[in-house]
Amino acid sequence: MASVDYAARRAPRPQIITGAVRPQPTGWTSWITTTDHKRIGILYLWTVAVFFVLGGVEALLIRVQLGAPENTLLSPERYNQLFTMHGTTMIFLVVVPVWAGLANFLLPLMIGARDVAFPRLNAWSYWMFLFGGLALYASFFWTPPEAGWFSYVPLSTKEYSPSGGQDAWIFMAHLTGLSSLMGAVNFIATIHNMRAPGMGWGRLPLFIWTILIYSYLIVLAISSLAATVTMLLTDRHFGTNFFDPTQGGSALLWQHMFWFFGHPEVYIFVLPAFGVFSEVIPVFARKPIFGYKAIAAATAGIAFLGMLVWAHHMFSTPSATVVLAFFMLSSFVIAVPTGVKIFNWLATLWRGTIEFRVALLYAVGGIGTFVIGGITGIFLAVFPVDWQLTDTYFVVAHMHYVAFGGSAFAMFSALYFWFPKLTGRMLSESMGKVSFWLVLVGFHTTFLVQHSAGLSGMPRRIFEYESDAGWHVYNLISTVGAFIIALGVLITIVNVARSLKVGAVAGPDPWKANTLEWFTLSPPPEHNFDVVPRVRSVEPMKDYRRQVEESTGAQQRFETGRPMAHV
Amino acid sequence: MDRSRPTTLLRRALAPALLALLITAVPASAGLILPEAGPTENAQDTQTLYSIVLVLAVIVFVGVEGVLIYCMFKYRARKGRVAAQIHGNTRLEIGWTVGAAVILVFLTVATFVMLPGIKNPAASDIDMNGNPVASNAAFASTDQDAPPRGEAMNVKVDGQQYVWQYTYPRIDDKKVFSYTDMYVPVGMTVTLDIGSNDVQHSWWIPELGGKMDALPGYTNKTWFKVTEPGEWRGQCAELCGRNHANMYARVIGLPFDEWKAWYDEQAAEIQSAEEAAARGREELEQAEGEEATQGTGSGQGTNSGDGE
Repeated sequence: MASVDYAARRAPRPQIITGAVRPQPTGWTSWITTTDHKRIGILYLWTVAVFFVLGGVEALLIRVQLGAPENTLLSPERYNQLFTMHGTTMIFLVVVPVWAGLANFLLPLMIGARDVAFPRLNAWSYWMFLFGGLALYASFFWTPPEAGWFSYVPLSTKEYSPSGGQDAWIFMAHLTGLSSLMGAVNFIATIHNMRAPGMGWGRLPLFIWTILIYSYLIVLAISSLAATVTMLLTDRHFGTNFFDPTQGGSALLWQHMFWFFGHPEVYIFVLPAFGVFSEVIPVFARKPIFGYKAIAAATAGIAFLGMLVWAHHMFSTPSATVVLAFFMLSSFVIAVPTGVKIFNWLATLWRGTIEFRVALLYAVGGIGTFVIGGITGIFLAVFPVDWQLTDTYFVVAHMHYVAFGGSAFAMFSALYFWFPKLTGRMLSESMGKVSFWLVLVGFHTTFLVQHSAGLSGMPRRIFEYESDAGWHVYNLISTVGAFIIALGVLITIVNVARSLKVGAVAGPDPWKANTLEWFTLSPPPEHNFDVVPRVRSVEPMKDYRRQVEESTGAQQRFETGRPMAHV
Repeated sequence: MDRSRPTTLLRRALAPALLALLITAVPASAGLILPEAGPTENAQDTQTLYSIVLVLAVIVFVGVEGVLIYCMFKYRARKGRVAAQIHGNTRLEIGWTVGAAVILVFLTVATFVMLPGIKNPAASDIDMNGNPVASNAAFASTDQDAPPRGEAMNVKVDGQQYVWQYTYPRIDDKKVFSYTDMYVPVGMTVTLDIGSNDVQHSWWIPELGGKMDALPGYTNKTWFKVTEPGEWRGQCAELCGRNHANMYARVIGLPFDEWKAWYDEQAAEIQSAEEAAARGREELEQAEGEEATQGTGSGQGTNSGDGE
């Protein structure tokens, strides 16, 4: 019997990646034609930043309209367009792609690879995302969509939403969905196959764990969205009747298929945020992460359960009690792995030496905020209570505590943490701290009172309310808070613009952090690493520092109480 | 040692103080920290269930945020301090996983204890003739929608862009419906069959219990039984188009006699309006008919007259 010795055939793993450093291509064409994961990541992040500002301006317009009862600033048509655009922008064009962008930049660096598995597919993912966003925003020149980011049928059918704005929304969902799917496949292939020698599953950075799970969730969930928006498209234009009850279709079908995507979507945008918390907190507490395995397992557990809770968005639809009970219990169960993560972060801070850097403040502020969103989620999971709360401002408050507290705070934490790696320069810590406190105070001013607005009967998506409804004070406080958030965000934007030019030079590892991206230069050269890094623990940089210290005697560890260089 | 004393004291005082605050605040706090509840059992039971969740939520909130803030102050980096290099603690981790699960088991039990009172219609105090019926009957079983002994008034609620239409049961074969304002007798269990003919709406009067979506092609059910006269406002809770904000609803509870008077008056009005409409239609048809028969003549006449 002929046998093949596959082990002997396998080429030896190269020790040196590159012999010489080629100059990086410059000019705008180099950005359009790039397949470098770091440049694509930066393109993603700038695009997301622009959409974040646009979505924020839409939110401010919404808040101004609601600041006074019976306000006539916006017409009902314009108001519906604005909240549709705000929701669609923030979900599809900000909180999901921001993690695709950050992971693009960091993933190969953190696992010690040269690039992602399919660099050209990666470039395609970015351009599909950009075109999806442009397709949606082009509708501003005609008629923007106005059926909400969830586009429930029958309101979104041709009969009730005849304008092309709805079609622009469908087009956006197709393009960004394609972008997410291609990006996810790329991340999965990269993480499974391209980890540095020694990086087993037990040594994968926790941020990369969340990106892996994020990618699997995208593959499972976005397919359902792609199918259902296609059905809406054919209902609108090609004579099918999937959603028309008078022709044997079902108006409830859309909700099931949409939330089968829509709830995993929540975990798609919040799990990588958890990953950021899990990276930032141990660095600034100067402690190893508490319960690495539990956090990684909880990530997978949340994702699995996250696929089974979609109908808790539909408790007030005509459903059997047994269905309601199932989705209440599945939603309860998901609180356990989420709680485990929160307890692990607290235990990581416990007995640490906590450095109050802006990245840490945003991470801790994000956790503190997310906890409130998690707790109000329990109220909403109890379906008889949800009958009172659903579709009110209580839910608006809850979902912003989750999406802003989870995802947006983590976004800012990641920005302040990895900006030195992205650009080679430090952000101003003092401006960052002002920005953090404004965003934190502004956020809670805006959204805490919205729980009460909802409890006193204010439904979502109303463009006006009567002056005797009793909701004026809540809304006025909310509007003031929104502008405080805007000011905080503005300061961070100024900080970024300023630091790009005059920020202190960061050096390879300004934070004395734990993971491999700090092993290379800031910003990293096109080929990432000169030598293949070796991984012996979940904190390879700590091992390297210890090694250098032992062989040279020079102090490498972080010393408590001593100011870090440049900061 | 000295420094930890006030914090322990604070911690010992905080939990009971919060609970006491919560309990005393309850009557005044509907709408602020509790959902609204008018004089109907389903809304009151919902409020009670919410309060149970709230007490647990406050405990979890104070615990988690307390530890978080404590860590931030207590373990702030100072010169000479060394971070404890702990990687985990299996017993502790299993402990808090089980702890979280126990809270959720408690919530599940509380929900299923409260559910029948919220979901199943209560026994009506009066029948459709306004006569009292003994109200000591037990609730219906979980999957039974009809109230005990079948005494109830069934109102068909129909959502339309942008108005609610209510169709009342026929008494003496009278046809009664109304828009926006729903009139109900006090003490009567009112069951609602909620539907829609166009887009999705959601029926909600906060003080009379939870909301139920109105979907074309489906009938959704809920109920309430007001025990005193009054007026309760609400509005459509699901985005239904541009004037979603103006799709109001109101329930007006009247003593049975007043309600019956309203019912008869409404029936008479509808009947006379329909008769008037029928007369109008007839007249119009007649006029059209006359026009049709005369029209050929007079029309030709005018035409020929013009022509002359």
